Amino acid sequence: MESLDLLLGGLAEAVTPINLMYAAIGVLLGTFIGVLPGIGPAMAVALLLPVTYGLDPTQAFIMFAGIYYGGMYGGSTTSILLNTPGESASVMTAIEGNKMAKNGRAAQALSTAAIGSFVAGTIGTLLVVFFAPALADVAVKIGAPSYFAIIVLSLVLVTSALGSSKLRGYVALFLGLTIGLVGLDRSTGQARLYFGQLQLADGIDIVVVAVGVFALGEALWVAAHLRRRPVQVIPTGTPFMGREDWARSWKPWLRGTALGFPFGAIPAGGAETPTFLSYILERRLAKNNGEFGNGAIEGVAGPEAANNASAAGTFVPLLALGLPVTATASILLLAFQNYGIQPGPGLLGEQADLVWTLLASLLIGNTMLLVLNLPLAPLWAKLLQIPRPQLYAGILFFASLGAYSVNQDPFDLFLLLIFGVVGLSIRRFGIPVLPLILGLILGPMMEAKMREALDVSDGDLSGLFNESLAIIVYVIIALVLLAPLALQFVRRSDGPTGPSEPDKEKVSA
Amino acid sequence: MSERDDRDRAKSPVGTSGDTRVGARVDDRADARVDKAQYGLAAVLAAVGLYTIYDASQLRVGFGDPIGPRPFPYAIGAAMIVLSVALAVATARGDVPEAEGGEDVDVTSKPDWVTVAKLLGFFVFTIATVNLLGWAISGAILFAGCAWSLGSRTLLRDLLVGLVMSVGSWYFFYVTLEIPLTPGILDGVL
Repeated sequence: MESLDLLLGGLAEAVTPINLMYAAIGVLLGTFIGVLPGIGPAMAVALLLPVTYGLDPTQAFIMFAGIYYGGMYGGSTTSILLNTPGESASVMTAIEGNKMAKNGRAAQALSTAAIGSFVAGTIGTLLVVFFAPALADVAVKIGAPSYFAIIVLSLVLVTSALGSSKLRGYVALFLGLTIGLVGLDRSTGQARLYFGQLQLADGIDIVVVAVGVFALGEALWVAAHLRRRPVQVIPTGTPFMGREDWARSWKPWLRGTALGFPFGAIPAGGAETPTFLSYILERRLAKNNGEFGNGAIEGVAGPEAANNASAAGTFVPLLALGLPVTATASILLLAFQNYGIQPGPGLLGEQADLVWTLLASLLIGNTMLLVLNLPLAPLWAKLLQIPRPQLYAGILFFASLGAYSVNQDPFDLFLLLIFGVVGLSIRRFGIPVLPLILGLILGPMMEAKMREALDVSDGDLSGLFNESLAIIVYVIIALVLLAPLALQFVRRSDGPTGPSEPDKEKVSA
Repeated sequence: MSERDDRDRAKSPVGTSGDTRVGARVDDRADARVDKAQYGLAAVLAAVGLYTIYDASQLRVGFGDPIGPRPFPYAIGAAMIVLSVALAVATARGDVPEAEGGEDVDVTSKPDWVTVAKLLGFFVFTIATVNLLGWAISGAILFAGCAWSLGSRTLLRDLLVGLVMSVGSWYFFYVTLEIPLTPGILDGVL
C-alpha cells in the first residue's frame, strides 16, 4: 500500500488549478494533432515535445500526459469516422467503429472508445504503480550482461513481430543503430560518423530524427500518392450512450484491459496483438446475433480498452528498465531525458517524487480527456475536413518549427530534411518505422552495457554470458528466431497448400 | 508468430511458386516483377555499412580499454552489408515492397515526384533563408509554398494563414516559453 500513499501524494501535488489548465491544454493540443489524418500518437507527441520545453518538470509531465492521451484518442476518432486507422493499434477499432458510424451510431462508438480508454488507462496506470516498483527492485540486481541480452531481446521481438517482411524490419533496425552511432563515443570522447561536422559530433537530436521520419516522411509520402478525391466524413452528434450500450460495453472494457496490459508490460512491441486478440475474443463471446461485422459496440469497446491498457503497460519496462518498446514510448523516454531523468532501475529510488508526479499526471490527463473530449467530439470531427493541401502544409510547418525551435540552427532543418527523405524512402520500400526509432534509441544503451560487461571480463566474450538471466534471455531469443523457421519447415512438408488464412486477414481487409 | 507467417506467404508474390504469372497484368506493380529501385537501396545500405566500418577503423583505442569504440560499429556495419546482400538476393527473386498505405494515400497511383520535389524545394528555401528573413516570414512562405505544391490555388489566403501561424507561433514561443525564435529582418517589429 506504500505505493498508493506515494501516488496520492503525487496527486495532491499535481491537482492545482494551474496544473489542471496545463492538462487541459495538453489534451486539447494532443487531440487536435492526433485527430489529423496521417498522424498517429507517436507523431503527435514528437511534434508537441518542444512545446513543453519551457515548463518545469511537473507541469511539463502533466501537459505531456494530456498530449499523450489526447493523441491516442485522436487516432481512434479518425479510425471511427474515416475508417482509416493512423496506426496498427487502431486497425481493430476501425472495423466495427466505422460500421457503427455508418449506421448513424458514431456518437456511441466515440463514447465507448473514450470511456473504455479512460477505464483501461486508469486501471493500467494503477497497475503500473504496483508493478513498476517491484520490477525496479528486481532490475537493480540485473547486471550489464543480462541487461544487454534484454535489450537484444526487445529489439528482436519488435523487429520480428511487426510488418510482413522480417528482412525489412532488420534493415530498419540497423539503420536506426547506425544513426545512433553518430556522435561522441562516451568513453574515449571521439566522434563517430560525424562527417567533419561539429554539429554532428554531439550526436543527432532524436527529436529531429523522429519528426523527420514520422512527420516529414509521411507528408512527403502522401504528397507522392495524394488521393485526389474528397474524403467522406460522417457527422457526429454529442456522444451519449444508452443503457444497453453501457451494459454491452463494460465487460469488453475490462476484458480488453486484462489483455492489453500484459502485452504492453512485456517488451513485445505494442498494441497490435492485444487489440486483435480482444476483437476476436469479443466476437466469439457475442451471442450470434450477426451484429459483428455490422457495427457491434463490443468490437469497439474491447480493442480500444486493450489499446490503452497496453499503452499504460509500456510504462512498466520504460520506468523500471529504461526500455521503450513502442514508438510513443521512445518519444516519452526522450522527454524524460530532457529533464535529466534517466529511466531505469535507479529512477524510482533517486527521483521518486517525479515518478509519482508523472503517474499522477497520467491519471489526471486521462480524466481530463474524458471531461473535454466527450462534449467536443463534433468539433474534432470537423477537423477531418481540412483540405489536404493545407493540412499537409501545416504538418510540414509544425515539423519545421519543432526542429528549428530546439537550437534555432538551420542545420537542424537540414537534418530534418535528410530524415524526411529517409522517411519517404522507407515508406516507398515498405520498411517499418518502429525498429528504426528503437534501434536509434536503444543502440547507445546497448553498446554501453556491452562494453561494461566486457570491461569486467577484460575483453573476453564470456563476459556476456556469465549471468544465468542472460543465458535464459538468449535461449528465448533463439526460440523467437528459430520457431517461425521450424514452423515453416513443418508446414512446407504438409504440402503446398498450407493451413487456411486465419481471421486476421479477413477482418483487416 | 504463425499467423504472421501465413500473412507473409499470402502477400509475398513468390510465396506460391509457379502461378505468379496468372493475372499479372492487372496492375503495374504486380507487373514489374523485379523492383529495380531496390537494388539501389541495397547499394546504399552496403555503402552505409562499409563507411561505418571504415569510420570505426579510424578511431583510436585507449590504453587499458579492452573493448574500445570499434567493435560495436564493426558489428553494425557488417550486419548492414549482410542485409544489403540479402535484400539484393530477395529483389532478384522477385520480392517487391508492400508500400505503406494510409488515409490519404493511394498506393495504386503513379508516384508524383514533381510534387515531392516542389515540397523539398520550399524546404531548402526555408533552410537557406530562415536566419535572414526570420521565422515569421520564412515559416509563412513555407506553409503557403507547400500548400501550393500540394495543389491549393488560394495563394493569398494560404499566405495569410501561414503568416498568422508563424507570427502566432513566434509569440507563443516568446511569451509562453521565453524562447525568442530568430526575428530576422523583422527584428524590432515583432
